Amino acid sequence: MAHAHKLEIFQGLLKFKSNTQKIWGVLIFLTIVTAIEVVLGIYKPDALMHTWIDPMEGGFFATLYNIILSPFIYMKPLNLIFIVLTIVKAYYITWDFMHMRDETSSLRRMVVWTAVFLICYLIFILLQEGGYVFEVYNAEDALIKRDF
Amino acid sequence: MDTTVANTGTEGKTWGGGNRPLGASYGKLMMWFFIVSDALTFSGFLAAYGFSRFKFIKEWPIADEVFTHVPFLHGQELPMIYVAFMTFILIMSSVTMVLAVDAGHHMNKAKVTLYMFLTIIGGAIFVGSQAWEWATFIQGDYGAVQTKGGNILQFGEKVMVDGEEKFKRISIDEFVVTMATERAEHERKNGLWFVTEETLPPYSVEEIYKGLEANSNILVRNQIINDEGEKTVLSREESLRQIKENGQLVVKGANLVVNEYGTSLFADFFFFITGFHGFHVFSGVVINIIIFFNVILGTYERRGSYEMVEKVGLYWHFVDLVWVFVFTFFYLV
Repeated sequence: MAHAHKLEIFQGLLKFKSNTQKIWGVLIFLTIVTAIEVVLGIYKPDALMHTWIDPMEGGFFATLYNIILSPFIYMKPLNLIFIVLTIVKAYYITWDFMHMRDETSSLRRMVVWTAVFLICYLIFILLQEGGYVFEVYNAEDALIKRDF
Repeated sequence: MDTTVANTGTEGKTWGGGNRPLGASYGKLMMWFFIVSDALTFSGFLAAYGFSRFKFIKEWPIADEVFTHVPFLHGQELPMIYVAFMTFILIMSSVTMVLAVDAGHHMNKAKVTLYMFLTIIGGAIFVGSQAWEWATFIQGDYGAVQTKGGNILQFGEKVMVDGEEKFKRISIDEFVVTMATERAEHERKNGLWFVTEETLPPYSVEEIYKGLEANSNILVRNQIINDEGEKTVLSREESLRQIKENGQLVVKGANLVVNEYGTSLFADFFFFITGFHGFHVFSGVVINIIIFFNVILGTYERRGSYEMVEKVGLYWHFVDLVWVFVFTFFYLV
């Protein structure tokens, strides 16, 4: 079975001579990303532990602004970096180890779009609800007491 | 058979059958569909974890304080190191798997055998590491007191490290004052025959309180995370008061009911998600072993294609993919 492999990664920036070489190249890349994650996780630089942007107050457009920029407003930069790096790793595992790069675009979309859409939807719903329950427990007029 | 099949006159046309619009065989396509559905199962678990965490965002355990152990290095606090090692092992076994698939494309039986073998070894090391991680987590290290409200109170003292005041955890074993108490033990012959007595906590809250009273350096910290991202340390008076008035149960280690590291949901999700993932790794290793023997026996050589290796390879990479997310959301974020 002669398979045609696409041998370039990073939008063609890096082109490998053979499939085996590409595999080792991707391994090195994934190892570097993991190492960055671990180092950041151990040292937790102070600059990345507090959000950089504060939420805006009042009005419809302020709310819209808060929603659009929510990853920067409500998430520590460190956590955002971790999540982005994880998605980068997931991309290279799927594209190069699982040969998604070599599949037809229809197969690729069928698998990736379906999963990404459903997972995003699920995460949005559950995290939204979790934040709401937190408010119910911790608001000024909360009727629930758990610290006794 | 031929007589039962009618000619439809559509042979060679788009809907006449026989063409593969996605360029993938039936088996590979079905493996992809399974992976999508399994990915949704895992994201359901992880999203539920996120839900519970958002619900208790101010008091969730800090993973760096929970997973600090490395085998053979007793008493050293090395957060992340061992999980990073496990992650690397799994990525490495993914690489040997993809090399096996590549060797299969070249019909190189010897190389497929070697790489499949290395993949199995990598998977076994990972499952073993996870078992060790579980054992360490279940055994616990410092112990804590659970309050009536189900919250956790932990012990430690303030020490100066490099001119900075740090909170250093102290194990309950180090300061507890044990008292001889008598209680009637439940046995099958003197009570309900179908009930056995549960394992008792190592100490009573009263013994802990006596020990706390005797050691004026020891403070209690609760679950609430303060602005510096650390757990709140109580004053000496408040420490004594909390244990005396609210302490209910001495906890050591974690299981599905209690958890010395913080909210018991953390332990529940840890067991559930890493357990489900570990089960996937285990089943992946078993399937890999079956395919490994098929390769040795020459099944795929005779079949003229190593596509079966590719299909289990997809599953194996998927297990690696899931771990990347579990690693992020359990140990990093």
